[in-house]
Amino acid sequence: MSRPNLDQHTGAGHPEGTLGGYLTGFALAAVLTAIPFWLVMGEVFESRTVTALIIMAFAMVQIVVHMVFFLHMNPRSEGGWMLLALAFTVIVVVITLAGSIWVMYHLNSNMMPGLHEMSQVP
Amino acid sequence: MSEFSADRSTGKPIFFLEDEHAHAEGGSTMLGFWIYLMSDCLIFAMLFATFGVLGGSYAAGPSPRDLFDLNLIALNTSMLLLSSLTNGFAMLAMAKGKVQATQFWLAVTVLFGIAFVSIEVYEFHHMIAEGATPQRSAFLSSFFTLVGTHGLHVTFGMIWMVTLMVQLGQRGLIEANRRRMTCLAMFWHFLDVIWIGVFTFVYLMGMLR
Repeated sequence: MSRPNLDQHTGAGHPEGTLGGYLTGFALAAVLTAIPFWLVMGEVFESRTVTALIIMAFAMVQIVVHMVFFLHMNPRSEGGWMLLALAFTVIVVVITLAGSIWVMYHLNSNMMPGLHEMSQVP
Repeated sequence: MSEFSADRSTGKPIFFLEDEHAHAEGGSTMLGFWIYLMSDCLIFAMLFATFGVLGGSYAAGPSPRDLFDLNLIALNTSMLLLSSLTNGFAMLAMAKGKVQATQFWLAVTVLFGIAFVSIEVYEFHHMIAEGATPQRSAFLSSFFTLVGTHGLHVTFGMIWMVTLMVQLGQRGLIEANRRRMTCLAMFWHFLDVIWIGVFTFVYLMGMLR
């Protein structure tokens, strides 16, 4: 009561990190970076598809680690608007990436001359 | 907005202008900056999508396996990750109100950033000297655009850091500088997040193609 509006004044209530938080995030990020590099450079798995799927999973986890420990994201940041903006962006990013790659893959495989019977072309 | 009530004796309506509720200065800066970062994220999403579509079009030119040196990329990645940590130390020093410690950790962050950009410029120079220029194939055009855009962001982040170190020296840890530091930290950590996508999708998956 004695110090009203303290939250608003000292930076709109964005949470500040702790030393432990930064070090934990750094250690996690280092491990999550090292393992994919090791998987690819050491050619650990025979199947390239398996390796690709695993390193993509590691990237997803590492992005979440960075969001939580470095960017201090939580569902309450800025009254939930940060998470909402992030969710919207993620949806657009997924549509852009998946849509582009999907559509262009089919264009390449269906529209390239030479893949179909050229004799049928008038 | 106005409020309405009636004067009892005369019955005439009296209007009061209602004060707009108070906004602390800079109170919406964090959300605004976050939305800028999200729009930046969309730029990178488009560049990633372009690379995803064109990344296999070598035009009989060099492929990722011929060009990329993963040892160099691992070193580069660790530079950026360390710079994220030292930026966090700068934020902790700021929270304790230590101006010189904040400036010191910002300087360390800039040094790691310079190491990152130097390694990237060295890599680009090496590739171009071998004839793998952006004009060589669609793969190389999209590669240079995506990685170069990230490198430019890091460069601008470093210019911002040096500017902020000067401002901290001039005015200390005033409210405006604290706000700028927080925005800069978000920007820097965001670039690290983008780099996770770059080393995973461009370099590591490129070696798997």
